[in-house]
Amino acid sequence: MDIKSMKNYLYWLYCQFELITCSYLMEPWEKLLFYTFNITVLVMVLYTAYIFVPVHIHTAFQFFLHLFGNQQENTVSIVK
Amino acid sequence: MANPSAVCNGHLHHHHQKQNNLLKSGIYKKNGITKGMKKNGISNGTVSKKTFIEHFEQAPMYVAVLTFLGFGVGTIFGYLRDFMRAWGLEKRNVAAEREQQKDFVPLYQDFENFYTRNLYMRIRDNWNRPICSVPGPQFDLMERVTDDYNWTFRFTGRTIKNVINMGSYNYLGFAETDVNALKTVTIELQKYGTGICSTRQEMGTLDKHVELEKLVANFLGVEDAMVFGMGFATNSMNIPALVGKGCLILSDELNHTSLVLGARLSGATIRIFKHNNMQSLEKLLRDAVIYGQPRSRRAWRKIIILVEGIYSMEGSIVRLPEIVSLKKKYKAYLYLDEAHSIGAVGATGRGVVEYFGMSPDDVDVLMGTFTKSFGAAGGYIAGKKDLVDFLRTHSHSAVYATSMCPPVAEQIIRAMKCLMGLDGTTQGLQRVRQLGKNTRYFRRRLHEMGFIIYGNDDSPVVPLLLYMPGKIGAFARRMLEKNIGVVVVGFPATPITESRARFCVSAAHTREMLDTVLNALDELGDFLHLKYSRYSKSSHPELYEESRLELED
Repeated sequence: MDIKSMKNYLYWLYCQFELITCSYLMEPWEKLLFYTFNITVLVMVLYTAYIFVPVHIHTAFQFFLHLFGNQQENTVSIVK
Repeated sequence: MANPSAVCNGHLHHHHQKQNNLLKSGIYKKNGITKGMKKNGISNGTVSKKTFIEHFEQAPMYVAVLTFLGFGVGTIFGYLRDFMRAWGLEKRNVAAEREQQKDFVPLYQDFENFYTRNLYMRIRDNWNRPICSVPGPQFDLMERVTDDYNWTFRFTGRTIKNVINMGSYNYLGFAETDVNALKTVTIELQKYGTGICSTRQEMGTLDKHVELEKLVANFLGVEDAMVFGMGFATNSMNIPALVGKGCLILSDELNHTSLVLGARLSGATIRIFKHNNMQSLEKLLRDAVIYGQPRSRRAWRKIIILVEGIYSMEGSIVRLPEIVSLKKKYKAYLYLDEAHSIGAVGATGRGVVEYFGMSPDDVDVLMGTFTKSFGAAGGYIAGKKDLVDFLRTHSHSAVYATSMCPPVAEQIIRAMKCLMGLDGTTQGLQRVRQLGKNTRYFRRRLHEMGFIIYGNDDSPVVPLLLYMPGKIGAFARRMLEKNIGVVVVGFPATPITESRARFCVSAAHTREMLDTVLNALDELGDFLHLKYSRYSKSSHPELYEESRLELED
């Protein structure tokens, strides 16, 4: 039952996508072209994210750790 | 249940019903988000006793963004297809010049038809659908299919029967084939035949026309009237007879093409004021009176204000009391085009003049058509006897156009007599009341469901906003699958982001038909995600429950 309503929901989402981007109006070969283009762009974006995002997050994390690390040392010395 | 529109001493009392509507919509209390509900500030105190509620809600911002996205994708593919057609990769279906004429000045402007070729063609099957029965509350459609994506159609031979008609301007339900109702029309048809074969000024004025004109003048409460064979031509051929060079025309932004054409043909100067906006109109009037004609600074020969009773694309009603007070203050003339409002608004169907409780002497030129509420064809111009006598000699339509044919004139006579009660029954008044009830019910239910509806609460023209170009085609096709015929309107007739479906409520629609349509709209609204309104929830749910209890009895 849950699978069916999930499928219906996905079908409804697909219909919304079709209506909003006017691909409902396109002939089949135009739709193929349009979806190929969209999927290609999406795959490229995801691949770029996969390659570069971990490196960026790691660098950012290190930067913030360094910032907070310095502060902790200072406060400890004053209390002593 | 008490009749909410009790007519008493010629004035309409709409007390608590309107207040409920105000609170129910909820827009009244919020500000800064919508273009707002415009409440009529009483300018000339005694005239209008009714509250004037119009809705022009704006959709959330993401809707506009997505609409532009849709148009963007459509435009890109349009360029792609044009490129393929230009380079011979695809068959050309539009008109093109012959090979020998390629070096001449181009005959067909390719770019101007870009929108028609690339976007309109894809959903063209939703317009120009041939019908094969009387356009009453239900009608029959001829089924047609296309093999090459709407460039050509062919008929399968089948007819789709009993499609509920939400698109015809059949406000009072006079488009009927009942033999008893059309008895007099049949008699006149056998007496006069169908053609006139002459113009009004030669041999085309029949006793039927004289009878009809007297009846129209009586109906509207004016001195005299003149009827013409075609409604569009009434506007476009008579405005040039009334104004000329050296006159000023102040025309509403959203006026119909017939008024615009008539204004342009006259040669007068045209200035446009914002739709139903009295500040804009007053500013234009002041400038006109103070500064006069552009270079010579002389006074204008005439200043005329062109407005319509009900605007058919917005469903809004003109603010007549304020316009009349402005016209009296600045000494201008008023031309009121009641094409959609005659028969449809007002306690006894006499149009916006009666709706606001004003006297017809306040309006200088009353114009209307018989196409919409009377189930016939043609138009009229009514007013003072001097005006109408002038038009009888000087109007282009009187001199050159053939006059109205007699069976059509008889149909108008019988419809008008029915409306006025002269045939001895109260059927006319019942029709007007039924139309008012249907209109209020339909609009209320649509508001509650959460659609964005434009226009005044009392106007039988109901535009439902669709916004995105992809949804225009989907909406019309799916409604036809459910056996309901609707009219959808897109870009050139409306602003580019505001495409809509326009419903015309009729007195001939029964409550069951309206409920069928509303249920279908509910379903379709959820499926296509059209319920953009942010003020839909009724704040008086117990009132709705009460009416449900009544129906269960």
